[in-house]
Amino acid sequence: MLKLENISLKVGEFELKNISFEVERCDYFVILGLSGVGKSLLLESIAGLINPTSGKIFLRGEEITSKKIQQRRVSIVYQDADLFPHLTVFENIAYPLKCNGEKNIEEKVLSCAEMVGAVEFLQRKPGTLSGGEYQRVSLARSLAADNDIFLLDEPLASLDSKSKSELRMLLRKLNRNGITIIHVTHDYEEAISLATKIGVMEKGALVHIAPPEEVFRHPKSEFVAHFIGTKNFFKGNLKTIPQSDLKEFAAAGINIFCLTDVEDGEVFLTLQPEEISISTETEKGSSRNHFKGKIIDIAPAKVGFEITVSIGAELIALVSGDSKGELKLEIGKEVWVNFKASSCKIYK
Amino acid sequence: MISSFKNISWMRLTFTFLGGIVLLFILAPIAGMYLNTSIGSITNAIGDEEVRDSVWLSLWTSMAGTILFSFFAIPLAYILARKNFPLKSLVNGIIDLPIIIPHSAAGIAVLGILTRDSWFGRSAEVFGVKFIGNPAGIIMAMAFVSIPFLINAARDGFAAVPERLEKVALTLGASPIRVFFTISLPLAWRSVLSGFILMWARGLSEFGAVIIVAYNPKTAPVLIFERFTSYGLKYSLPVAALFVAVCLAIFIVLRLIKKKS
Repeated sequence: MLKLENISLKVGEFELKNISFEVERCDYFVILGLSGVGKSLLLESIAGLINPTSGKIFLRGEEITSKKIQQRRVSIVYQDADLFPHLTVFENIAYPLKCNGEKNIEEKVLSCAEMVGAVEFLQRKPGTLSGGEYQRVSLARSLAADNDIFLLDEPLASLDSKSKSELRMLLRKLNRNGITIIHVTHDYEEAISLATKIGVMEKGALVHIAPPEEVFRHPKSEFVAHFIGTKNFFKGNLKTIPQSDLKEFAAAGINIFCLTDVEDGEVFLTLQPEEISISTETEKGSSRNHFKGKIIDIAPAKVGFEITVSIGAELIALVSGDSKGELKLEIGKEVWVNFKASSCKIYK
Repeated sequence: MISSFKNISWMRLTFTFLGGIVLLFILAPIAGMYLNTSIGSITNAIGDEEVRDSVWLSLWTSMAGTILFSFFAIPLAYILARKNFPLKSLVNGIIDLPIIIPHSAAGIAVLGILTRDSWFGRSAEVFGVKFIGNPAGIIMAMAFVSIPFLINAARDGFAAVPERLEKVALTLGASPIRVFFTISLPLAWRSVLSGFILMWARGLSEFGAVIIVAYNPKTAPVLIFERFTSYGLKYSLPVAALFVAVCLAIFIVLRLIKKKS
């Protein structure tokens, strides 16, 4: 349905670097990433509002990279402020119908408004609508345009939780009815609840494209790792140690011993805070990893305390209140962090 | 807290006083003009055909100039609001030129291109259009000095329309020209109308450029000047009072229409 090949572009501080992905008909593709990573830019380049400096875009089997916006048949819905404020809801929904020279405009407007539950406010102006109503009208207008692909730019970001859940149901319904959706968001819960496929975006690049369960089971970005509660996440290189069943993981600032059967090369390492112990002296035991560092933060957790220790990189350990008191842990104190090679979870 | 409150009160008082002086400066001469003019002399002025003709000439030529040049000024304002191009600031500067040059000099400049000796003047005559001593010349002189008001107001209005709305309209299948007429222009309408009123009002009151291009037929400002230099203040006052009253009435009506829209 939609295919992007090595799309790159730069607008001000925002940049897209070699973006490639493919979306099938009726896919619900969520692009997940922090604010400012270029998600909206990506949508606007698909819609034709911004031209990429390199790369190609194919839609419905045809190259549309330099096709006019009005001929692409792609609808874009923003977080807010995209309804025409001088027109009523009815006129907003009728707008694309008039542009396409449709007959039976009233009937079609009613049908689109019914589909999204916007019939009761057809005569109101956009300025009088609530956030949820506003987005419903915006979706109805996109339906009226008879486009089978919707680009949604954080459409739920400014809604309360009730409206969010109602809108999610509506988006799922539209998707089931044959609309292909590309939805950008920074909200991972939104992504889980809607996506059939997720693309994680970081610094203008798509770093991981996979089904939701895969993205969250094996995060390949600090952003996703953070969302699913993985406190210690590193990207680095894994190397076999000769005459040893251990391997060495090297990332910026640290070298960690791991017990894994993953092949050498670029990998991701996660380490649960509860697997890390803190001591004031070197521990002698089965742990293979011992690092001396300085405590830079102490924060209460749901249970116990999270102690952030700088060892070149930052590691977060979970300790009990008793241990914290006994070891007299405080910011600035030098301590040892220890963990077993088998505690490190490694994946490609 | 109390002292800062006192400071604000003093500041407000001072500013109100200074602002009041400005209002007085504007209103006093106009009020003085009406106080020194009897109703009878205004009635006589209304009955004077030459006065009526001059007021009517001023009204329709300034309106004609505004309507005619808005077809060129509004597209230019849109381009200036939406597009970036080399020497854009130079173009913006050129648009403001008629505001800063003396209007008699503006009249000389306009006369230069409208005279029969110029290519433009000769070409226009081929089509039967005469500028010198003709309402067409008055329209050109009025438009020259007043067009910056329309362009600047419309440009600011278009710039205030979120570009996103225009882009969304394009994704809904509208052509760029349809987007302009259904989204950009309606949303910038108040500013465009403001510019329209300002251009019309400025053209209506123009004297310096008009008198050089076309002393005859006489517009109201030229007639007021002629009555003043030939017969003195007493004979020019009723004409001035009548003209100002007509201008004010139309100006107020247009402002009300704008407010309602």
